[in-house]
Amino acid sequence: MHSFHSMLNYFPEEVLEHIFDFLTSHRDRNAVSLVCKSWYAVERFSREKVFVGNCYAISPERLIARFPRVRSLTLKGKPHFADFNLVPNDWGGYVQPWIESIVRGRVNLEELRLKRMLVSDESLELLATFFPNFKSLVLVSCEGFTTDGLAAIASNCRFLRELDLQENEVEDRRGQWLSCFPDSCTSLVSLNFTCLKGEVNLASLERLVARCRNLRSLRVNNAVPLDALQRILAQAPQLVDLGTGSFVHDPDTESYNKLETSMQKCTSITSLSGFLDVSARCLPAVYPICGQLTSLNLSYAPGIYSDELVKLICYCNRLERLLVLDTIGDKGLGVVASSCKELQELRVFLSDVYGIGNTAVTEEGLVAISAGCPKLNSILYFCQQMTNEALIMVAKNCPNFIRFRLCTLNPTVPDAITMQPLDEGFGAIVKSCKDLKRLSISGLLTDQVFLYIGRYAKQLEMLSIAFAGDSDKGMLSVLNGCKKLKKLEIRDCPFGNVALLADMGKYETMRSLWMSSCEVTFGACKTLAQKMPRLNVEIINENDQIEASVDDKQKVEKMYLYRTLVGPRKDAPGFVWTL
Amino acid sequence: MAQENHLNLKETELRLGLPGTDESDDMICSARNNKRAAPESVDDSVPKANSTEKSSEHETSSASKAQIVGWPPVRSYWKNNFQPKKVESETRMYVKVSMDGAPYLRKVDLKVYNGYPELLKALENMFKVSIGEYSESEGYKGSQYAPAYEDKDGDLMLVGDVPWDMLMSSCKRLRIMKVSEKGPGCAV
Repeated sequence: MHSFHSMLNYFPEEVLEHIFDFLTSHRDRNAVSLVCKSWYAVERFSREKVFVGNCYAISPERLIARFPRVRSLTLKGKPHFADFNLVPNDWGGYVQPWIESIVRGRVNLEELRLKRMLVSDESLELLATFFPNFKSLVLVSCEGFTTDGLAAIASNCRFLRELDLQENEVEDRRGQWLSCFPDSCTSLVSLNFTCLKGEVNLASLERLVARCRNLRSLRVNNAVPLDALQRILAQAPQLVDLGTGSFVHDPDTESYNKLETSMQKCTSITSLSGFLDVSARCLPAVYPICGQLTSLNLSYAPGIYSDELVKLICYCNRLERLLVLDTIGDKGLGVVASSCKELQELRVFLSDVYGIGNTAVTEEGLVAISAGCPKLNSILYFCQQMTNEALIMVAKNCPNFIRFRLCTLNPTVPDAITMQPLDEGFGAIVKSCKDLKRLSISGLLTDQVFLYIGRYAKQLEMLSIAFAGDSDKGMLSVLNGCKKLKKLEIRDCPFGNVALLADMGKYETMRSLWMSSCEVTFGACKTLAQKMPRLNVEIINENDQIEASVDDKQKVEKMYLYRTLVGPRKDAPGFVWTL
Repeated sequence: MAQENHLNLKETELRLGLPGTDESDDMICSARNNKRAAPESVDDSVPKANSTEKSSEHETSSASKAQIVGWPPVRSYWKNNFQPKKVESETRMYVKVSMDGAPYLRKVDLKVYNGYPELLKALENMFKVSIGEYSESEGYKGSQYAPAYEDKDGDLMLVGDVPWDMLMSSCKRLRIMKVSEKGPGCAV
């Protein structure tokens, strides 16, 4: 062994670098950089793609100092529960300081991927101005910018390949941003503007598509009508990924017939989404390509009901990824189970958030899917009810789950038949699925389920808990047992100071911990913050002003703690208190 | 009838507060004070698991469910852009509904429904009839009743032919028509 290591050290750095070139995953590169100082040095100069899971864990200056050749940067901002309105919009996660540092650092940035961050038009303009080679911008669940910022990107990024906007809140400034792509722009490979609410110049869009011969992925918004889509498809039969806009039209018209023809020619489309505004009677136009599809997202179409969904899905025999609303029903899921034998990922979202109708799915649908789709490894399932028996059967049928997320409409609903807690069901899941990395549990759950999780979920990296458990023992089981835990988010559980403080060092091995409406007190949070200087312990207190003399015994409404190398952040708003 | 059901179920309703706490308590507070119903009260709710009462239970507790911040965990992006807003915050669209043979008319707010299935289910509940399944070629099969609406031109149209949005913008009133078994062409 010793001689082997010595041999590798005598390799010239170029050889090491060449070997490291084959390492694309940041985890592999992180591991390699810990082997020895020379490997660290070689690796840091050769790393081009950097992933930062929490933008406050490190500063842009230190990142650039370590990775001067960075060309692609991924940043994540707000904690996950921000998706459900639990975190105020101005909590933080600003990209501006990052971009300013990157500009100052003369980094040759080509790719920027942001999730849950605050992005301003100014940030986008900086990007557009200072990075002539900029190629790829991916914004997921971000906000703070307008179509003016997009116009800057379109106008100035001459080699732009990818503009991918997913579920962002973007203010429409009616500036015809899409028309800002110059005639010389032919480099686009991927364009996704589904989340934009405003109009785009359809003629500009058609011309853009026509001249970008490498365009593989196009997802348009609601303002692009069906007949425009037809003209676009006629120009781009090479598309691999299509997101339709408005899919409403009178099926008895020539426009619609032309669409059917154009659609048939798109023999490369394997991914289909959109249907933001859809008339079920227009769906048959996509039947010809159903057999090619590996990915289908119908989760933006609350108006399509089970019968029509099923008519579409039963042709999708190669489907690997399906996103639907619970309007599909248990019976519809039965059809999925018998038609989509290659299915790997399924997400069944809630269609009826305010409880007006009664369209949810139950444990029946889940069991049917597990029985029919042996390759299933990832599921998100919103359901009316669940049983232990069903979960046990699912665990037996599908031992390959990497992601298992179940959400019952009533957060503390017991087993629908036995009225028992759902501990045994989830226990079966973690016991059977040895590679489980992400788990969300719901329903009536006691400390027992956490005992199971701690004992069996050895690969678990992310756990989401709500309204579960009886005592600190629950949380302790998880912290002690789940060695690979990275993110833990807890709301409305009876976990308190004993659990929080039992193993403070654990939190430095994790990215973050969120606890809201639990039993932890200010005093305990202060203790934790004092003892662990490399953690930021933030208290989010929207209602009251932060007072210096707060009672230590008072319970904390929302606490978010995360490991960091750069101490308390300086951009925290008034209602966030870093202890 | 619906009122009675509501009263009967209230006491055994599966809630997050202690049994006996006032329903007007802030849901967030009651969740903190007592994380879940104790096992005894869970047993009390055994009859609620019965599927015949499932739908009314869902309706009565759904209003209080919706008050828990962030539950169910639906992405706010989706909620803001694809979910019809709560009725209070939008203008309503009440239309009269008549049924052949019924002594008085009813009114429904079309904005409350996401689409045809929900509207038809609501009409079936309201008038205690079964409406049958829509088919383009045969109208509503399998029942004596067919839903129709009066459009802007005053014509009587069969419900279901046009996209839901189009119905919403053109429907002036609804009428549940009694049709003979031979089909809609022989309306009584």
